[in-house]
Amino acid sequence: MGAFGHYLSGHFATFRLEFWSLFVGGVANGFLYGMIAVGYTLVYGVLRLINFAHSEIFMSGGFAGYFVMKALIGNSVPSGAATVFLIIVGIVVGGTAGALVATLLERVAYRPLRRRNAPKLAYLISAIGASYFLFNLAGKEFGRYSISMPQPYINHPVFHIFGAAVQLYYVVIFIAGVVMLFALDRVVATTKLGRSIRAVAQDAETASLMGVNIDRTIALTFIVGGALGGAAGFLFGLGTGVVYTMGFVPALKAFTAAVLGGIGNLRGAMIGGLLLGVVESLSVVFVQAAYIDVIAFGILVAVLLFRPTGILGERLGRAA
Amino acid sequence: MMLDVQEATVRYGAITALHGISFQINEGEIVTLLGANGAGKTTTLRMLSGLHAPSSGAIFFEGADITNVKAHDFSAMGISHVPEGRRIFPQMTVEENLEMGAFKRSSAYHDDMSRMYETFPILKDRRKQLGANLSGGEQQMLAIARALMAQPRLLLLDEPSMGLAPMIVETIFRIIADIRKQGTTVFVVEQNAAQALRLADRGYVMENGRIVFSDTAQNLLHDERVRAVYLGESVES
Ligand SMILES: Nc1ncnc2c1ncn2[C@@H]1O[C@H](COP(=O)(O)OP(=O)(O)OP(=O)(O)O)[C@@H](O)[C@H]1O
Ligand SMILES: [Mg+2]
Repeated sequence: MGAFGHYLSGHFATFRLEFWSLFVGGVANGFLYGMIAVGYTLVYGVLRLINFAHSEIFMSGGFAGYFVMKALIGNSVPSGAATVFLIIVGIVVGGTAGALVATLLERVAYRPLRRRNAPKLAYLISAIGASYFLFNLAGKEFGRYSISMPQPYINHPVFHIFGAAVQLYYVVIFIAGVVMLFALDRVVATTKLGRSIRAVAQDAETASLMGVNIDRTIALTFIVGGALGGAAGFLFGLGTGVVYTMGFVPALKAFTAAVLGGIGNLRGAMIGGLLLGVVESLSVVFVQAAYIDVIAFGILVAVLLFRPTGILGERLGRAA
Repeated sequence: MMLDVQEATVRYGAITALHGISFQINEGEIVTLLGANGAGKTTTLRMLSGLHAPSSGAIFFEGADITNVKAHDFSAMGISHVPEGRRIFPQMTVEENLEMGAFKRSSAYHDDMSRMYETFPILKDRRKQLGANLSGGEQQMLAIARALMAQPRLLLLDEPSMGLAPMIVETIFRIIADIRKQGTTVFVVEQNAAQALRLADRGYVMENGRIVFSDTAQNLLHDERVRAVYLGESVES
């Protein structure tokens, strides 16, 4: 509480610096939330269910990235050029792992329920079961302690914004986030796959009358959402390290972001992610850092209470 | 014979909706299926486009057994379905809805799109509007145009006149007649029996999941039973 007043009384320069470095970190987190949130929103679109095992898709991307970084970097110190290559490899591997786990989830935890028209509650229980299974399996296999990822050359400041240093790590997240979210937006808006995803989201049965294969579209939706979630897991793990429970908080925040933007609304999830990242990060100026999660989940409760359709509202399957 | 349905039974769990129905449609015909609420008309059409496979019996289309073909393969096979309640994609524009109709076509379809806009000028004006914002009549025209975008040889229509003003019903029925003239066979389910029988060549009458009789449309129009149940007293010759 007192912090803000303190800044105002004569330390404006320090305040400004802190503001901008918090802002940069918040935007980076926001992109990660956005990349996870689109997975929730896409799956919600085609199945009308919250994939509560999405956190483990994120986690699997983190571990896959960790293992490939360990194999490629080990104890060496990669050069700047090698770093670019390593990060691209990490994103691809993390994304692939995420897509694989998402496919597995769809096949094992959801499709059998769909086949026999199970009630929604069954999906929820199945999702929670799958989530517990996956993170406990990871805990058993990879240990229960956080492991830091062998790092390429990423803590080097690339440029400054109002005096605040922007490290390579953040630049990587900005670029990856912008590229992937933009590509996703265009794919959903303009391609045949995107059209089938939107058609299934709006009216699955009629989509099938048009020739859309519903099963295939749902599987591809999981793959697309899983790939972005897994890539986000790698990028997150790169900075924070990996552990079997790593998916829990970021994924819940991304879910908050998806609800904030309007669940089912793709651009809403992206905007919600960025907004949540920036707001929770800047809240440190006003309250203690320990309250950051309270702020984030307070937003979830507030949105659910006052505007359950989110900022952009539920516009199912709408792309542009 | 274009379509041959042989003793098809359809069940919804414990409920039997169709009790071994048989009927035929010849190429170039307009055939209508009449029946009261809950008779099984929609179920019959859903069976003919793979949304509900029959539990027994068989369906042949142009000689091929299509009894167990999946719904998403029907449009490529030449059967298009205009569903009950139109089922326009609400968050897609008119143009996108038409593109969905051509989903399985690999060749260019923009000529067909222009032809749809000629047949349905109102759709051209509304090209960029969302399906949700169209009136009922516009939605029905879009649903028909969307089905035609797949270039069907057999068009299935489920109560195309439902909830529409008489003038619009008139237009829709005129368009259905034109569709047949251009070579597409039509199977139309209707509660508006008088109008359907004036449009059709033949008709089937369905009660409680069974086809109870069939005849030429002319004869059905004068049939005592049809007149009593479906036409009331308001209809003359
Ligand atoms: N999904 C379903 N589950 C269970 N029963 C159903 C289902 N759909 C239809 N039925 C039942 O099957 C029977 C036939 O229904 P159907 O919709 O085919 O009738 P219809 O002739 O199209 O009626 P309407 O004129 O009201 O459209 C009805 O008794 C109906 O209650
Ligand atoms: Mg019906």
